[in-house]
Amino acid sequence: MTDPVHLHDGAVAIDGRPILRGIDLTVRTGDFLALMGANGSGKSTLVRALTGLLPLTTGTLELFGTPITDFDQWSRLGYVPQRAGAGSGVPASVWEIVAAGRLGRRRLFRPLSKADRAAIADALDVVGLAHRSRDSIARLSGGQQQRVLIARALAGEPEMLLLDEPTAGVDLVNQQALAATLAELGSRGSTIVLVAHELGPLAPLVSRAVLMRDGRIVRDGTPLADHGLPPAHHHHHEHADHPHDHGHAVRLSSPIEGGVG
Amino acid sequence: MSLHEILTLPFMQRALIAAVFIGLAAPAVGTYLVQRRLALMGDGIGHVAVTGVALGLLTGTSPTWTAVVVAVLGAVAIEVIRERGITNGDVALALLFYGGLAGGVLVAGLAGSGAATLQSYLFGSITTIDVTDVVVTMVLAAIVVLTCVGLAPQLFAVAQDQDFARVAGLRVRAYNILIAVLAAVSVTVAMRTVGLLLVSALMVVPVATAQQLTRSFRTTLTAAMALGVTASLGGLLVAAFAPPGADVMPGPTIVLLALAGFVVTWPIGAWLRRRQRLTAPFPADAGVPPLDHVDTEAHPHDHGPDCGHVAVRHGDHVDYVHGAHRHAAHGEHYDEH
Ligand SMILES: Nc1ncnc2c1ncn2[C@@H]1O[C@H](COP(=O)(O)OP(=O)(O)OP(=O)(O)O)[C@@H](O)[C@H]1O
Ligand SMILES: [Mg+2]
Repeated sequence: MTDPVHLHDGAVAIDGRPILRGIDLTVRTGDFLALMGANGSGKSTLVRALTGLLPLTTGTLELFGTPITDFDQWSRLGYVPQRAGAGSGVPASVWEIVAAGRLGRRRLFRPLSKADRAAIADALDVVGLAHRSRDSIARLSGGQQQRVLIARALAGEPEMLLLDEPTAGVDLVNQQALAATLAELGSRGSTIVLVAHELGPLAPLVSRAVLMRDGRIVRDGTPLADHGLPPAHHHHHEHADHPHDHGHAVRLSSPIEGGVG
Repeated sequence: MSLHEILTLPFMQRALIAAVFIGLAAPAVGTYLVQRRLALMGDGIGHVAVTGVALGLLTGTSPTWTAVVVAVLGAVAIEVIRERGITNGDVALALLFYGGLAGGVLVAGLAGSGAATLQSYLFGSITTIDVTDVVVTMVLAAIVVLTCVGLAPQLFAVAQDQDFARVAGLRVRAYNILIAVLAAVSVTVAMRTVGLLLVSALMVVPVATAQQLTRSFRTTLTAAMALGVTASLGGLLVAAFAPPGADVMPGPTIVLLALAGFVVTWPIGAWLRRRQRLTAPFPADAGVPPLDHVDTEAHPHDHGPDCGHVAVRHGDHVDYVHGAHRHAAHGEHYDEH
């Protein structure tokens, strides 16, 4: 089977300033990959590059075996951005936002099919917002709005989900509900790429942890035994199998922007 | 004159048909402009279109078509400036607006057409349009409305969250340009009714009115179109029934009527929103144990449907909002919730 993501020697620059350099990343079908690292280390930039939102300055990216420039099977991809765009000038209901998740599967000028409606209702159920579906999104709390964005991605029934800090601001009960859903999707063979600072209830699901620092991948392997977390700033671990890990822990606590490389 | 007499006048029939189509098309595009926070884009296009009209007058071609061409070019230019996020983009837009207006007035002067001719485009002259104008208006407005309604899911998603729409495989730039072109077309179509300087009002005011009362995009779009038709038909009829001697122009009347709709709706919307906030159910979580049982202090007052305190659903019972407290009936007394 072709890998959902195959990125070779990728680099990304924003406004001419190199942000990501020398990224090699292959995500295999069924991976549950956690992308970790300090603020500003390039996690969101990497996810945006994987979705084609940011062009590569060098390197090659293939999604499901197709070079990104030729890729058109967008319904296989689901994306939860890090934060909702600035509110729009016209009210939009929760249901309408989630319904937008079906767009990758709809043809122009066609009404929603039964399958579309069922998928939208399911996605709303999963995030526990079915009873708010007719409310304007602007009247929801920040965590509830985040759950709407998760539902929007789930509604598309994608094969690979890219979630950029989906649980930021979401309470524990709903994090557990999301973990249950992702576990279910994982068991059906979906691929999941997740950016998170605190894995919380998602920790047991993670099969692979990728650690970023200053625009590079510095560690890629199985999640560490304790909490499933890579070294946090207050821990000092020795990892025989990842000698280059040693000592990153302290520097991770402060965002490292520019200066290096 | 009776209503029947007015409705049988051929020029009035043409005007009524044009008013219906423009009343539908302008707010349909306007909804997307407001959603993108580009409420003034219609205004900008209107200014640029003045140059188009003047070029038509100068060259002796139909001002409607030269206005469409120049307005589309101007709208695409505005969209490109916006997309590039050029610093001081608003200043660039201002240059385009004033350049368009000043250029138009200058060229119209060169064309030797009097102020009155230009004024009929600036402020509208719906009662002077001929059959060809009506047909062109109907066709262009119908295209605008069908596109705005038929592509609503795509256009909505692109404006709501550009990044998400792109990852869903939508051609975001093409849809952005499409909205700009539709806006330009409806500006030029509406220029015969309300005039280039007021057209933006017909695009934006019905939307502002509709969203006082709506919670979803679809209902806002539909309600704005209904309000647009009401205002443009109503304004036309008010002008037609004006007492003889009073020169009531339809264009400004239509806009003032739309604004009156907003003025009436705003307090209702504000009251409804406040009401909804107050009476939205308090969250009740079955999984969470209730707080410790706290009785209210001696409570001389019986809460009930007409007691004047706001009743709010809370799980399986009702809390009464009593000052900063929430009182729930419990046997003979009230609990603090
Ligand atoms: N639009 C932008 N313009 C300029 N620089 C940017 C932009 N977006 C990100 N950057 C830079 O790219 C680097 C990586 O940012 P990115 O958003 O990928 O970090 P992150 O790892 O997702 O951080 P966080 O944990 O805060 O979400 C940062 O140094 C940031 O300053
Ligand atoms: Mg980020």
